[in-house]
Amino acid sequence: MNAAPTDTVQHESIYSGSIASWLTTVDHKRIGVMYGATALLYFIVGGVEALIIRLQLAAPEGAVVGADAYNQLFTMHGTTMVFLVLMPLAAAMFNFLIPLMVGARDVAFPRLNAFSFWTWFFGAILLNLAFFVNQAPDAGWFGYANLTSKQYNPGLGIDFWVLSLQIMGIASIASGVNFTVTALNMRAPGMSLMRMPLFVWMALIVQILMLLAFPAITVGLIFLLFDRFFDTNFYVAAAGGTPVLWQHLFWIFGHPEVYILILPSFGIVSEILPTFSRKPLFGAPFVIFSGILIGFLGFGVWSHHMFTTGLGPIADTAFSLGTMLIAIPTGVKIFNWIGTLWGGHIVMRTPLYFAVGMVALFIVGGLSGIMHASAPIDLQQHDSYFVVAHLHYVFFGGTVFGLLAGVCYWWPKVTGRMLGEGLGKLSFWVMFLGMNLTFFPMHFLGLDGMARRIYTYPAGAGWEQWNLMATVGAFVLTLGVLLFYVNLVRSLRSGEAATPDPWDGATLEWSMSSPPPEYNFAVIPTVNSARPLWLHKYGPTRDISTHTREDGTPPQPDHPVERIELPSPSHWPLVAAAGLTLAGGGTMVGLLPVLAGVAVLVVAVYWWAFQPLERPGNPIFEPARGTE
Amino acid sequence: MNEIAEHHSGAHASRSTYWLVALILAIITLLEVAVFYIPFLRTVIAPILLVLSATKFALVAMFFMHLRYDRPILTAILSTGLVVAAAIILALMLLFGALRLMAPA
Amino acid sequence: MSTHATTFGVPHRKMAMWVFIGSECMFFGSLIATYLSYKGKSVVGPTPAEILNIPLTSVSTFVLLMSSLAMVLALDAVQRDDTRQAKIWIGGVIVLGGIFLAGQVYEFSHFYHEGLTLQQNLFGSTFFVLTGFHGAHVTVGVIWMATLLVMAFRGRLGPERSLDVEVAGLYWHFVDVVWIVIFTVVYLIQ
Repeated sequence: MNAAPTDTVQHESIYSGSIASWLTTVDHKRIGVMYGATALLYFIVGGVEALIIRLQLAAPEGAVVGADAYNQLFTMHGTTMVFLVLMPLAAAMFNFLIPLMVGARDVAFPRLNAFSFWTWFFGAILLNLAFFVNQAPDAGWFGYANLTSKQYNPGLGIDFWVLSLQIMGIASIASGVNFTVTALNMRAPGMSLMRMPLFVWMALIVQILMLLAFPAITVGLIFLLFDRFFDTNFYVAAAGGTPVLWQHLFWIFGHPEVYILILPSFGIVSEILPTFSRKPLFGAPFVIFSGILIGFLGFGVWSHHMFTTGLGPIADTAFSLGTMLIAIPTGVKIFNWIGTLWGGHIVMRTPLYFAVGMVALFIVGGLSGIMHASAPIDLQQHDSYFVVAHLHYVFFGGTVFGLLAGVCYWWPKVTGRMLGEGLGKLSFWVMFLGMNLTFFPMHFLGLDGMARRIYTYPAGAGWEQWNLMATVGAFVLTLGVLLFYVNLVRSLRSGEAATPDPWDGATLEWSMSSPPPEYNFAVIPTVNSARPLWLHKYGPTRDISTHTREDGTPPQPDHPVERIELPSPSHWPLVAAAGLTLAGGGTMVGLLPVLAGVAVLVVAVYWWAFQPLERPGNPIFEPARGTE
Repeated sequence: MNEIAEHHSGAHASRSTYWLVALILAIITLLEVAVFYIPFLRTVIAPILLVLSATKFALVAMFFMHLRYDRPILTAILSTGLVVAAAIILALMLLFGALRLMAPA
Repeated sequence: MSTHATTFGVPHRKMAMWVFIGSECMFFGSLIATYLSYKGKSVVGPTPAEILNIPLTSVSTFVLLMSSLAMVLALDAVQRDDTRQAKIWIGGVIVLGGIFLAGQVYEFSHFYHEGLTLQQNLFGSTFFVLTGFHGAHVTVGVIWMATLLVMAFRGRLGPERSLDVEVAGLYWHFVDVVWIVIFTVVYLIQ
């Protein structure tokens, strides 16, 4: 599945090889490609779920699916899009780009990286297996307590949901550790923190958020597991507990999670806008520090998701204020992006379309967000389609457009092929139209009183035309996404070959061939600027627009000039991930699979720990003759 | 640059320091238990115990975990986690009305 | 890892353990936050004051503290290439960790017979899950130490391996400081 598309492109050896070479790979570029390919597949799954939802709601008294199936669909749509599409698509870019952008030959822990991928991969499969036992989770992507209790939800669906989230959470923690160390500790000589590319900065903040946010949901899920499996009383009001505890733990994770989803896009846009405006990012340090501020403030606002639980006036005020404060660093970024475009020599290419689209749509989502930061207004909007509109402007308009901008921007580097410009721009406009047609009417539906998660509605409430419009929009959006995918496939089949530096970029990943050689850097670069390649190409000027590029050759030599040894492939990360998933998923079946899974995990971890990273047979690159 | 060589270049606590720290930790633990059993300290038991255990925490982190002798980035990493965790604990206790249980009754 | 220099002059694995510890702060932080938020909200007994055994737990707290001393002495011995001392102190960590775990097993089964089960009340649920997950961390640490001890006996724990011991030690000390917090907020501040 992952190897297939790239096989058709001839010259890149880094993707050729057997299926086994993909299963055992520890190369961050291949792992990135696997994350990306799998996430793009799940994007179709989550999209189909959304389409069924829109079909059901197209007209009053819809009968496409029943209430039960509808509950499963919106739960799986949300869970899939958050955990199986947006996070892994961002992870794909972290994997591929962080080492290239900081000037490293791999991540800090290549095998742990493979373990993260496979653990996530198996966790995602476990979640979707629920469909095959006809009991998909049905309590919403935030699985509010009581809806998830054994008493009210005795089926296996919630168990699948809890266990797969736990397993994917372990993958997130592992990759969080890995990328934090990579970004902090593997930078090329001379790359101070303030010279680190903006994308890596935002990625680093995302890792820190994952490391601090996931434990909260892990604990919340542990309580839920204990309530379901061992009859404890964490969320049981009769025993003195409260279901609101789940909401707290979930949103202590969930609100930082929102920033985990949006900050990668901020980073991507902060790379793309300067490249296509041909001038440095306006006020880069402000973008960095506002990113850090957003990350930290993000831990202090979770209860704005819970105003309707009755926290009291003091808590409501505090969380309202905190939420409104976040608008400041976010606004700072938006002005920085606009300031970057301002006066730039703008090159209108597809990545820029998506990046500018992201900024525009995110502003809409941000503005509705400020509206329900106010507790009294939120009480009116809570659980209505207004919130659905808001979150899709942020997640689709912000995150998806940003990530797709990144896909367009780095596609030539990853595949060695250019995307079609015409088809790319067409797919942008169709998606842009479809996205607004789908989600803008939901603002009106929400204010008109249509609640979220209802599977049908009566005629005569005045909701018909907006719902129909949203459904039509969903199909337009689907068409746009299809065009985007067609562009990807066409590029792989017959796309124009990409040069090392097709966009005249400023960061290190454009300094070597496309796709990069297995070892990334023939020579580890020394960095003297936040825009090392512009410095290399144009000398020390801030305004490159008036300069013409004299030297087309990338700074990296084609062949190694020193002996380069890379880590050996290993199947133990895959086996460990399989053992972990078996042990976790096995709890639904009985003790035997759990013990078997634990045994596999333990054996794999010990083999892994005692297997040297570099051992006989590992990839070694010698300098070509004559260069020594 | 060799990892191991570099790793050993920093200053080190001596073994006698470790024993001394352990002795102090043991004494603080004794004090903690003593505080627990002294009736007239009942009203201020929480703040006293919190200060004592924070001291123990700091001693272990600084000496046994070598933060005192190591790069400041490691202290920064631990502090980030500790500050966020402490803030979340405090905020949740406030939200659940549990903080008054910690104050003098 | 490789011969590539590290930016901060800290080995990757050591920094990784610290990053993981930062994350674990939030894990135990969430468990402790729940314990404290639910304190006094149980609708039936037993209550903490009725059942917690301060003398016993003080001893096991002391034991765990001393295991941290053994841990740093083990690291010191490995760095000095003193294999005999290294074996003694790693063995000491295992024994002391084992005593702590035995104390916890005794405590849990005693509570169970006194009527405090996982399901009895909120105190039981929050207490057993918090201290149970801490105990699980200690267990992982003991297994890790046992692995190091086997390596030492096979002559594979020379000074070139001291980073292995240091990283394991960081984990062990962290588990110890978590207990310092738990001992105070769960046992002593009732």
